[in-house]
Amino acid sequence: MRLKRLIAGTIMAGTLAGAALPAFADELFVPLFSYRTGPYAGSGIPIANGMHDYLAMLNERDGGINGVKIRIEECETGYDTQKGVECYEQVKAGGALVISPYSTGITLQVIPKASVDKIPVLSMAYGLSAAAVGDTFPWVFNPPDTYWDGASAIISDIVRREGGAEALKGKKIGYIFLDAGYGREAIPLLEQMSSSMGFELLQYPVPGKEMQNQASQWLNIRRDKPDYMVMWGWGAMNPTAVKEATKIRYPMDKFYGVWWSGGNDDAAAGGEAAKGYRTLNFHGVGADYPVIADIKKHIVDAGKSQVDPAKFADNLYNRGVYNSMLIAEGIRRAQELTGKTVIDATDMRAGLENLDITEERLKEMGMEGFALPMKLSCSDHSGHHKVYVVEWDGKDWQKSGDWFSPDVEMVRPLLEKAAEEYVAANAPWPERTEPCLSK
Amino acid sequence: MLYRESGQYKTTYIADQAIFPIREDRIGMAIIGLIAIAIPFVASDFFLNAIMTPFLILALAAIGLNILTGYAGQLSLGTGAFMGVGAYSCYKLTTIFPDVNIIILVLISGLFSAGIGVIFGLPSLRIKGLYLAVTTLAAQFFLEWCFIRIPWLYNYNPSGAIEVPERRGFGDLILTGPSAAPMTQYFVVLGVVVVVTLAVKNIVRGRIGRQWMMIRDMDIAAELMGVRPLTAKLSAFAVSSYLCGVAGAMFIFFYLGAAEPSAFSITLSFQILFMVILGGLGSLVGSFFGAAFIWGLPIVLRAGLPAIGIDIGAETVFHIATMVVGALIIFFLIVEPHGLARLWSLGKEKLRVWPFPYG
Repeated sequence: MRLKRLIAGTIMAGTLAGAALPAFADELFVPLFSYRTGPYAGSGIPIANGMHDYLAMLNERDGGINGVKIRIEECETGYDTQKGVECYEQVKAGGALVISPYSTGITLQVIPKASVDKIPVLSMAYGLSAAAVGDTFPWVFNPPDTYWDGASAIISDIVRREGGAEALKGKKIGYIFLDAGYGREAIPLLEQMSSSMGFELLQYPVPGKEMQNQASQWLNIRRDKPDYMVMWGWGAMNPTAVKEATKIRYPMDKFYGVWWSGGNDDAAAGGEAAKGYRTLNFHGVGADYPVIADIKKHIVDAGKSQVDPAKFADNLYNRGVYNSMLIAEGIRRAQELTGKTVIDATDMRAGLENLDITEERLKEMGMEGFALPMKLSCSDHSGHHKVYVVEWDGKDWQKSGDWFSPDVEMVRPLLEKAAEEYVAANAPWPERTEPCLSK
Repeated sequence: MLYRESGQYKTTYIADQAIFPIREDRIGMAIIGLIAIAIPFVASDFFLNAIMTPFLILALAAIGLNILTGYAGQLSLGTGAFMGVGAYSCYKLTTIFPDVNIIILVLISGLFSAGIGVIFGLPSLRIKGLYLAVTTLAAQFFLEWCFIRIPWLYNYNPSGAIEVPERRGFGDLILTGPSAAPMTQYFVVLGVVVVVTLAVKNIVRGRIGRQWMMIRDMDIAAELMGVRPLTAKLSAFAVSSYLCGVAGAMFIFFYLGAAEPSAFSITLSFQILFMVILGGLGSLVGSFFGAAFIWGLPIVLRAGLPAIGIDIGAETVFHIATMVVGALIIFFLIVEPHGLARLWSLGKEKLRVWPFPYG
């Protein structure tokens, strides 16, 4: 009995020690922070599936990237910052090429560590807006748009519909947001716009633990009657808000969500009544793209995906695909720049910084029409790319209107100011020493 | 055979009243101490950063709650918020006085937490048990609300989070911030936890600690015997909150590096309450056991299951870890309601008569 225990204990200890071994050298280790559990799983699952499936498809179809397999490993964070830090430490030890935190809270936490540990952070259209300033944040990337771009784009669309910026004077715009780092990120910009354009900004914070009960916020909204509503929601907050909005009969075509409030399940909670609900987007919707067909052929039909077939290629799934495409292209670019096939995290940083996805490249990847060309530079880690609005037709998202640019002239100086403030608040912030490779 | 106290005669009161009166215990403590010092030189950064440092910090928080719940018998659900008070006051202090050694500020920030703890401890003079738990729950929600709604607390940071700046001390050693070495942070945390635990051990076995236990066992009898409930209960709240505050400040400054208010939510309070209950109410060593169990087990399961060849999705491991921890909590509460500390002392008693148990 005792001997048996001793043996079991030794085996356990041995395997634990084995777990700490570093990664195999001829792989590209891409960890994915995911959350398939907890209150944010509703948004987290499609994203995690999309991200995983695209990279897995590259492994199956092309044998990895330029012949090197990608090692995909998920780390469950549950959208919890504590677990995120744990995941970060875990993947750092394994030699991660890039971190995708998928939570603004976790992103804020790993930003200071990124430059010390020399691991790039790719927070695709989330995280700290000011991180777009590459001279200050050489290790952080937030393409294709920052939250401030998103907020300015929503206001631009409202201005377009109202027929001019003057028409906004005296109007009321409500902002309902998840009361966490994520939801607050857009407030400074909206406040700035409210004072410069003369509209009144009404704020409706939704605490994370009460996000499934928004009755009081929507009661206030019914009383205040804002002309437009803007939402920065995530997880279970989105479907709840859409449902509450339909309940108070808020005109849904005046209700805007940021790109993260655009899950199919989010809008479907309101059903037919949610018709007209609008969110921003920066990639294609639906399954009508060669790249999605490849994923279906190599991964989903082969039973290598966790995705529910009915939810394959929904909006957030496609966003996961888009995010993984950026990772893969970053790796490819790094391989080009260094001439090596097996790259490390420092090369990956250079690869992301010099990312240049052209129209031809998109066609090669089977993403024509799925995404627009994008380009990053040493000073601009976001790119402030074009976005478009999708509208819920009761069953699915439909493209409404054309691609348009966020208000870069207004956003960029504010971002630079915010980056300066961040540096001042976090002194001593390391100076950029990384060479700029792009010409 | 190995662990026997026969033949060890105490000739002075001081020797008899020592914290570890048995020689074998002292040897054991010395070995644990040596291991604690040796760990950073052999373990990986992941082990130090993600397991040891938070384990020590949470053990300190568990000791804090154990003072209040285990020794003084006052149930509290506000531990997370009191940790938050420590963290936010340490953050404010270090932005106001950037040149003061951060360890001193950590120790001072506990005082703010103690003050708040005393205020929220006042109702304990009138109400007991579950009703008191509800008032501490109110403290939890109120303080959490403050962390979100009072921008002064997080220096008007637009993201609403506090970010730990780089601080140096002891010459030019980096103590906090992203460039601090895991080993430095571990030793700082270890030092603070050891010193504070020793101090608490002495409070607990002295006059004040005995008052707390009298209040816990029967407050009316204690009052009749001359214990003032006001001072006894409030001092328990003060000491408990102080420890939680110090733990909270270290949690942010030496482990997380940045925090949103949600880091100090009710979840954290419950996590620490489980540590105390599972480790053993009214036992300091139990707090360490409980912290190791609740903090360590999920990590071991998550790292261990895939390592022994059980290849399942990250979220399934997560679900399994949650279920196993839950089942083990129930198992332990049924088999040993006095917690791991009781198992520990049973083990020691068995060891005394080993290998010739009588009876």
